[in-house]
Amino acid sequence: MSDKTFKMTLHVWRQNGPKDTGRFERYECPEVNPHMSFLEMLDDLNERLIEEGKEPISFDHDCREGICGACGMVINGVPHGPQRLTTTCQLHMRQFEKGPYEVWIEPFRAAAFPVIKDLAVDRGAFDRIISAGGYISVRTGSAPEANDQLIPKKIADRAMDAAECIGCGACVAACPNASASLFTSAKITHLGLLPQGQPERQDRVRKMVAQHDAEGFGGCTNHRECEAACPKGISVDFIAQMNRDLLKAMITAKDDVPSRD
Amino acid sequence: MERALTLYQTTIGKKAVVALTGVILVGFVVGHMLGNMNAYAGEEAFNGYAAALREVPALLWGARLLLLIAFPLHIYTAISLARLNRSARPQRYARKVDLVTSQPAKWMPYTGLILLAYLLFHLAHLTFGWAGPFNPENPFDTFVRGFQDPAISAAYIVGNLALGLHLFHGVWSMFQSLGASHPKYDRFRTDLAVFLSAIITVGNLSFPIAVMFGFIQ
Repeated sequence: MSDKTFKMTLHVWRQNGPKDTGRFERYECPEVNPHMSFLEMLDDLNERLIEEGKEPISFDHDCREGICGACGMVINGVPHGPQRLTTTCQLHMRQFEKGPYEVWIEPFRAAAFPVIKDLAVDRGAFDRIISAGGYISVRTGSAPEANDQLIPKKIADRAMDAAECIGCGACVAACPNASASLFTSAKITHLGLLPQGQPERQDRVRKMVAQHDAEGFGGCTNHRECEAACPKGISVDFIAQMNRDLLKAMITAKDDVPSRD
Repeated sequence: MERALTLYQTTIGKKAVVALTGVILVGFVVGHMLGNMNAYAGEEAFNGYAAALREVPALLWGARLLLLIAFPLHIYTAISLARLNRSARPQRYARKVDLVTSQPAKWMPYTGLILLAYLLFHLAHLTFGWAGPFNPENPFDTFVRGFQDPAISAAYIVGNLALGLHLFHGVWSMFQSLGASHPKYDRFRTDLAVFLSAIITVGNLSFPIAVMFGFIQ
C-alpha cells in the first residue's frame, strides 16, 4: 500500500425521491487517497459538488465504525462492496488501488426499501418487523442477578452469533428475491435460543414472519447470497431455524388467548 | 383447517409445501428409476415388473393420486412464489454480482418448465400412447422401439439432464425449507443432493443410451 492517490470514475445512482425514475450520473475523482474510507471518498466528492453549487449525493451513515448498520450501498453489484465481512464505512479505498477504477454505486433495491433520495433508502420495514415481536417481555425494576439463569456456553455463543446482525439490509439487497429472511431469522433466533425468549417464542415467529411478508419482502429460495454479503457473517442456518420454528408454531400453537387489554 | 391456510399464506409455508411435495416427487423419481432397471434383466423381467405394478390397483391408484396431488401443488406453489419474489424487486440492479449462487439454483424455473414439458411428453408417449411407438400388450417392446428413435431419445436425455440440475438445488433446498438443519449433519445435505442427482441422472440416461447402442434389444 502506498500513499499515492489514484484516479477513479464513479457512476452514482441519483434519484430525487421515491416517485422519481432515477438515473446514473458520472463523476470523475482525480485524487482518491487510499487511506480514505468509501464514505470519506463520497464526502470528498460531495464537498466538490457543494462548491460547484450542485446537489450533494445523499447516503446513510452514522457510526462509521462498522457497528450501527446505517450505511450501505451496492458497489459494483455487491452490497457493501468487494471486501467480505465489511460495512461500506469500513471499506477503504486501498481495496481499489489496483482497480477497478470505474465503480457503479446503487441503492439497496427492494420494493420494501423505497428510495428516499439517491442512495438513501427507507428501512423502516425492519423496525416494523422488530415491533411485531422482536422483543421479550420482562419485569421492570432492578436488574436481575446475572447468574441466576444458567445458559450453556455453546447456546450463549450461538445466540450472540445471531445477535451480531446490525440490521443494515445487505441481505435484502443481495437476495435475488429481496427477501429479509436472514435479518428476520437472526432476530427470531437470538431471542428464541435463550430462556428469556421462550414465553413468546411461538407468537414471535408467527408475528414477525407475517410482518416480513406484509412488508413486501420476497421468500427464501436458498441461494445463500445473503450470507455471503452479510458484513457480520450471519449464517443461513438461522433461516432453517426460523422455518422450523414457524412450522412448529403453526402446527402446535394453542390459539391466541385473548388479552385483557 | 384455518391454521393450515394461514401457514400456506406465508412465504415460508408455501416454500414448505414446495419442499414436502418435492420429497414425494424425489421418492417417486428414485423408485421409477430403480423399477426401470429391470430392463437390463431382459424382456420378461421388465414386463413382469410392469404387470406387478398393476396387480394391486389400490396401491397403483394410491401412488397415482399422491402424484396427481403433489405435481400440481409443487408447480402451482413454486410459480406463485416466483411471481411474489419477482414483485419484491420491481427495479432491477444495473449491475449485480452473484457471489455464491450455483448455476442450477439460478436455472430452477427453467429446468422446472423443461421438466413439465418433458413430463407431458413422457405421459403422452408411454402412458397414453399418443406419441411414438406404443404396444400396450408389451411395455418392453414400447420401451425399446421408443428409444430406437433418436428424436425420442434426445427428448429423454434433455428431460433427464434438466431433472438432474433441478434436483441438485432442490434436494439441498428442501432440507433448508423444512428447517432440517443441524451443524453435525448439514454437510451431508449437500452430499446427498450431489449423490441423488448424479445417480438419478446417470441411471435414467443409461436407458436410452443402452437401447441406442444395442445393449438392450
